[in-house]
Amino acid sequence: MTAPAHSAVLVAVMAGATILLRFLPFIAFRKRTPRYVAYLGRVLPPAIIGMLVIYCLKDVQVHTAPFGVPELLAGAAVVLLQAWKRNSLLSILAGTGVYMLLVQAVF
Amino acid sequence: MGKRTVKEAFLSSVPVMAGYIVLGMGFGILAHNAGYGLPWAFAMSLLMYAGSMQYVGIGLLTGGASVLNTLLTTIMVNARHLFYSISMIDRYRDAGKYKPYMIFALTDETYSLLCDGKAPEGTEPHRYRFLVSLFNHFYWICGSVLGSLLGSVLPFSTEGIEFSMTALFIASFTEQWLSSKQHIPAAVGLLGTLGCLLVFGPGKFLIPAMLVITLALSLLRGKLDAGKEAES
Repeated sequence: MTAPAHSAVLVAVMAGATILLRFLPFIAFRKRTPRYVAYLGRVLPPAIIGMLVIYCLKDVQVHTAPFGVPELLAGAAVVLLQAWKRNSLLSILAGTGVYMLLVQAVF
Repeated sequence: MGKRTVKEAFLSSVPVMAGYIVLGMGFGILAHNAGYGLPWAFAMSLLMYAGSMQYVGIGLLTGGASVLNTLLTTIMVNARHLFYSISMIDRYRDAGKYKPYMIFALTDETYSLLCDGKAPEGTEPHRYRFLVSLFNHFYWICGSVLGSLLGSVLPFSTEGIEFSMTALFIASFTEQWLSSKQHIPAAVGLLGTLGCLLVFGPGKFLIPAMLVITLALSLLRGKLDAGKEAES
């Protein structure tokens, strides 16, 4: 195991860098927001959510068994439930349940 | 009005509650199994409060990574937070005393709850956003502590539970798609990132994806900016 002092330094570095990234744009544009940045602020949200979906699925192996089938089925369940009921909590819990069932009992 | 704001903030945070307790527990269990017990899990969830980076962080800790490597990895994994902050600059501008904490606590999930910009009727918007941020942070810490304590004694297999984060984003994406007339930004984000993943591989695609998305949305500004004005 790594020495506790070194671990504490690493945790501080990770926390500090994360905080810095979150504050940087607010510090850089504290006086007024350029129109271009304001435009990005409007159109980025849906694009980022799309990026996060892919980010979560980045390690899925589509060339080896189970070929990403559990992710595909559970993901489809989330989309269909959300389109049907418009209830995020329900979609998330049901989709996760489907996924756990698939990876534990089927594949 | 105060009570109403608390109630609405709590109700908004409920979809994240399950995910954060589950994922927080996942983190607590992972940390516990790697030899980092309760104080570590608690401190990381309190101070870093960045889900995927905490998972990655356990790997860095157990591997005894260097300070420089840890710094670079954190910047790579968390650079997307620059995006969240950029799109919240105007919304958080007048948040006053709540502002520093709200910026600190702007995670993927909190962002996905607050990025549509609407605070419920009859609430004080800044207080509402502050409370949503705070509730989510609280769930995350609770999950981490629970996972750390229960780590080795859970009576059932939690394999696959990490999918709740994926499910949260898929649900947000679907909801956003259904409630918006403008689908180009969402498609750019999804397809641009997928393209970068295929080209650059799972280790290095995030930064190129952010550049591609920013570039594509900048080039489409003439079209999208006009469309947005007309819509609102």
